[in-house]
Amino acid sequence: MKINMFGMKKIGGLKKVLVAVVLIHMALGALTGHTVAGEYNYISISNPFMNKIPIAVPYFSAMSGNADEKKIAREASDLLAETLEFTGFFKVIDRDAFLEDPSQQGIVTSRINFKNWRTIGAELLITGGVLVSSDQVEMEFRLFDIFKEKLLIGKRYKGNSDDTRRMVRRFAKEVIFQLTGKNGIFESKIAFVSSTSGSKELYICDFDGYDPIKITHKNKLTFSPAWSSDGRYIAFTSYARGKADLYIKNLSGKRGAVVDLPGVNLSPCWMPGRFELVASLSFSGDQEIYLLTGTGKIIKRLTNQWDIDVSPSISPDGGQMAFVSRRSGGPQLYVMDMGSGSVRRLTFQGNYNTSPSWSPAGDKIAFVGMVSNAIDIYVMDAKGGGAIQLTHNTGDNESPSWSPDGNLIAFSSTREGRPKVYVMTSFGTDQRRLIAMTGEQSCPRWSPSEIDY
Amino acid sequence: MKKNIWLRLAVLLLIPGMLLTVSCGKKKAEPSAPQPVVSDESASSSYDDGSSRGADDAAVTDADRERFTSEPIYFAFDSASIDDAGRAVVDSKAAYLKNNTQAAVVVEGHCDERGTNEYNIALGDRRANAVKNLLVDLGADGSKLTTISYGEERLADPTNHDKNRRVQCVIE
Repeated sequence: MKINMFGMKKIGGLKKVLVAVVLIHMALGALTGHTVAGEYNYISISNPFMNKIPIAVPYFSAMSGNADEKKIAREASDLLAETLEFTGFFKVIDRDAFLEDPSQQGIVTSRINFKNWRTIGAELLITGGVLVSSDQVEMEFRLFDIFKEKLLIGKRYKGNSDDTRRMVRRFAKEVIFQLTGKNGIFESKIAFVSSTSGSKELYICDFDGYDPIKITHKNKLTFSPAWSSDGRYIAFTSYARGKADLYIKNLSGKRGAVVDLPGVNLSPCWMPGRFELVASLSFSGDQEIYLLTGTGKIIKRLTNQWDIDVSPSISPDGGQMAFVSRRSGGPQLYVMDMGSGSVRRLTFQGNYNTSPSWSPAGDKIAFVGMVSNAIDIYVMDAKGGGAIQLTHNTGDNESPSWSPDGNLIAFSSTREGRPKVYVMTSFGTDQRRLIAMTGEQSCPRWSPSEIDY
Repeated sequence: MKKNIWLRLAVLLLIPGMLLTVSCGKKKAEPSAPQPVVSDESASSSYDDGSSRGADDAAVTDADRERFTSEPIYFAFDSASIDDAGRAVVDSKAAYLKNNTQAAVVVEGHCDERGTNEYNIALGDRRANAVKNLLVDLGADGSKLTTISYGEERLADPTNHDKNRRVQCVIE
């Protein structure tokens, strides 16, 4: 057994709280997670959400059997199932269908009757065990391939009693890494706007909507959060000083800047890997997009066309900028080559296309289109054409934002009345509410995969 | 100790900075939150320009002011062009400002809630500026006019898109 100590971070009122979690990588026979990494043949890249992997997550075993442990074990198994299901890759099999109960019969390979799991259609199985001793919690997890009848990964985590959610997420990350070769979204956050406190303010929650924390206290209309690519800064627009100004906020609370030029200062988007951003400013008498330093100083004007230019979205390689322009009479998407400055029109269908959001892989652009008064989210090829409608007949759907792995899109919708934040796969399937809060929520913006503040 | 020195330095640098911010803030006319359209008695001195006026004249001026602040200029969807009906309203506002040259006016641009709020704030800004520019063309003092856009954030009537695509003038 090897033991790794490392810190995990948690937002608590934006104070960095370091919680040490002891991680014990179990070496279970010759089978560790790393021996099979590289065989990423579990999740189909072309259409991962149509053929979901059936996975069984039976209740975890209470190792010493006390009531506390049983409660934690149940909650942890439910949370792991929900967390994995959230990705859209899995179909979690109903526990009523199970033919055996690993929490009673045992969670290690030798105790698993693979035939029983094959019979109910499971392709993957996760067993878990929970051991509570004084204020410490130990959790162990095993992921099995039912057809190959083998253990894919086994992990054991130890921490305080309030670390269970992080332990479950840590194992979920291992599962996704095992199956896709990527780290997934479990350490990402979502910034959004909520009117819960009376005025619209910015909040940040976990990737799954858990633990929303208010990060602005302007008591005035505040919106359009934009993450820097290192996740340390959020730029946004606020009416804190009476009109639309641009704010640049260091999330650790140390520094900030305000762009309060005359007119409206709108729609920030950061340059990937740089302490620079683009935003739409109207001080010249026309709404144009500018490149700014991270401290809010203008580097140069990017657009030079009469009428509104707004809502820039920079491609992941920083080479191109999608934006909304009214230069042809109504709002349409355009793309500017950041090197040459040349601009081409991207959307030709419909009279109203806005809110471009470049996918993390750079090949797609999500946007909002209005067709005969229906406002919906579409995804098109970044090179133009191939638009696919993702939302249908469900109120107004706006503000698409990609998860950092490109598999999910968060958005706002009025499908249940007042605007709320929802999430769906990038193919438009599995649409569900993301954030459960009172008031209106809008403008979700997914952070980079790992944020550091 | 080192920490203390840095702290003092920071305070020394910060305080003049804060003073500057405060004094700069005062110079600018802070656009206030939209005020009730009912006229405000305490502000009557700003439009009462002659001692010879009788009570009847003041009442007329009151009604004019009420109309100036309550009558919006409406716009078509995704448009910042002032149509004929809107032009007539702007004309009447320009006439009011000719008789009330001291009035400081905030020209507010608004949109209906369809579409994207960033785009709508830009569109509301264009609507407000279209009205401001026309008022100036018609003889109003541009230095007394400021614009602000609220996009789709302050609806006049949540049930009627037509009533929300508007410019309203507010006397400060």
